[in-house]
Amino acid sequence: MTMLEIRNLHASIEGKEILKGIDLVVNAGEVHSIMGPNGSGKSTLARVLAGEACYEVTEGEILFKGKNLLDLEPDERAREGVFMAFQYPVEVPGVSTKYFLKASVNAMRKHRGLDELDAFDFLELIKEKLKLVHMDESLLDRAVNEGFSGGEKKRAEIFQMAMLDPCLGVLDETDSGLDIDALRIVAEGVNKLRGPDRSFILITHYQRLLNYVVPDFVHVLLDGRIVRSGGKELALELEENGYSFINGEINEPVSV
Amino acid sequence: MTTQAMIESDTFQAAFEALDTQSPLHELRSKGFERFRELGFPTRRDEEWRYTNIKPITTTTFKPASGSITKESITPYTLSDTSCHQMVFVNGRFAAELSDVGTLEAGVRLESIATISESSFDMIAPHLGSCAEIEREVFTALNTAFIEDGLFLLVPRDVDLEKPVHVIFITTLGSAAVVTHPRILIVAEENSRATIIETYGSDGDGVCLTNPVTEIIVGENAIIDHYKIEQESEEAYHISSLNVRQHRSSNVTSHNYSFGGRLVRNNLNCALDDEGCEATFNGLTIGHGRQHVDNYLRIDHNKPNCNSWEYYKTVLDDQSRGVFCGRIYVAPDAQKTDAKQTSMNLLLSEEASITTMPQLDIFADDVKCTHGATIGQIEESQLFYLQSRGIDKVAAKTLLIYAFANETIAEIKIEELRTRLERVLLDRLPRGELLQGGL
Repeated sequence: MTMLEIRNLHASIEGKEILKGIDLVVNAGEVHSIMGPNGSGKSTLARVLAGEACYEVTEGEILFKGKNLLDLEPDERAREGVFMAFQYPVEVPGVSTKYFLKASVNAMRKHRGLDELDAFDFLELIKEKLKLVHMDESLLDRAVNEGFSGGEKKRAEIFQMAMLDPCLGVLDETDSGLDIDALRIVAEGVNKLRGPDRSFILITHYQRLLNYVVPDFVHVLLDGRIVRSGGKELALELEENGYSFINGEINEPVSV
Repeated sequence: MTTQAMIESDTFQAAFEALDTQSPLHELRSKGFERFRELGFPTRRDEEWRYTNIKPITTTTFKPASGSITKESITPYTLSDTSCHQMVFVNGRFAAELSDVGTLEAGVRLESIATISESSFDMIAPHLGSCAEIEREVFTALNTAFIEDGLFLLVPRDVDLEKPVHVIFITTLGSAAVVTHPRILIVAEENSRATIIETYGSDGDGVCLTNPVTEIIVGENAIIDHYKIEQESEEAYHISSLNVRQHRSSNVTSHNYSFGGRLVRNNLNCALDDEGCEATFNGLTIGHGRQHVDNYLRIDHNKPNCNSWEYYKTVLDDQSRGVFCGRIYVAPDAQKTDAKQTSMNLLLSEEASITTMPQLDIFADDVKCTHGATIGQIEESQLFYLQSRGIDKVAAKTLLIYAFANETIAEIKIEELRTRLERVLLDRLPRGELLQGGL
């Protein structure tokens, strides 16, 4: 089954075109990695998928489970099953993580025609999912992402993803800035969430994450276009040769 | 005084002449009225009133408020589950049948000013008017000219008043514009402690001027927690003045919540008159429609080693307007002063506006004084983050406004008051019902 289909996607911010015709098909259960140097448009793609208003789609379409994703508000996309793990998770002072998750989980459940979780079941669910990312319950009483370390923020994103049970997880450089322990925890979390009905797009600058989460496909994004696609071996090739072997003008090595 | 002010004050002349000249309060009233005539109403040319136009008040003819109400009319304002000493004033007059003074600790006096001025005037005479400045503030002079009733609380030395005193001022509104001048006098002797809640409400709709003056004399090492909640009709004019005088090592916390009123001005004056005092002034204003709320603070650090904190938040929607002026004065010998003022403002519409003026007048050289003001809209990045987790835009906005505003409510120590104000706040937010149960 096709989960996501992106056709000839062009997107701009403040009049500057960033995505210049992206085509991508992601089937249910597949893990796709999108790699590319800084400024190639990787994060823009993630944010356009999530529906951030500052990006304007000028051409093309995105079908998610057959629905036109571009017609939907960000919250509607989330309720349909799109989850983006933010590169820079936003701090929301004054709102406890527990309340935020409850509002969020119940909005999802309502959309799926399920009853709201009662306090007991909600807490059970939280405990189970926290284990996935080795986080402590004390997190729940803290304001959303406020005062979290970089690693905690990224792990909290994976925890939220587990709580919300999406069909498509888009991880926007979730690996960047992590130490190796946190990287392993994040990767382990993603691996446990992999399944035949769930797809992932892993956006990453570096190949290291892919040692832990093995993708089905790797795409190289350069200057707003996918210039090469292949299997997991493409990531290794990039690791050895940098992006330069794809485009002679770009000499940025892919560090390990 | 200008001719215009003369005409305006004449509308109060008849009311003043109708007062009982035999009252022991009358000498003080006469001073107040005289000063009121001298000062006249301010205009926007007066620095302290530059951003608040009181013309709607000065061009309205107010009658003294009268009439009575039933118990049901005060239920929106009472704390039913909290044990407190409840004093209700209807149209400025003590309503014994609606009040429940309860049992007081030994030596505590909690009475209406009308009663105590007849029975033991000597007890209030040295204090009444001792820290409310009729020289400088015309509305305080006007209040003083019309002192008839109000609340008197005396907490003797070493006494902890365990239950809060809740004083409710209700005005019955109708077709005619009415005025009340409530007065509150609190004397907390050395090493005593008390909590006082002032609630202002309306019965019905209509125009009124509520002009309360509160004086709190805080003895050495005494602790005072003061709450003021403005929940009057949105046609009400409300000009209040809180005047605090602190003695050595005393501790005062003021919480000032403005929800109601058409035009609200809160003057808050605090004199730190001896060493080791701590004063905290917290405020929250929620404005919508065409409300105008002005909080005007002045904290005088007159002696060394005192701390003061001002923390004011404002949320304004529609065409509402807000003003914040936090003035800290540090006297030449008030060394080691630590003063901080913060004004945080959230504007929800294009037409809402806030004027915020932190001011520091420092004449000592070894002090720590800071001020900060922020004015902002709802953070788009936070809104997007919440939406990206499936929460719809209106609910996400409500959540963010609530999170901003509720910080000042969350710290209320009286649980029922806290939940009641949370509810008042939520009632003002779209989809506020979503958030019942708290964050």
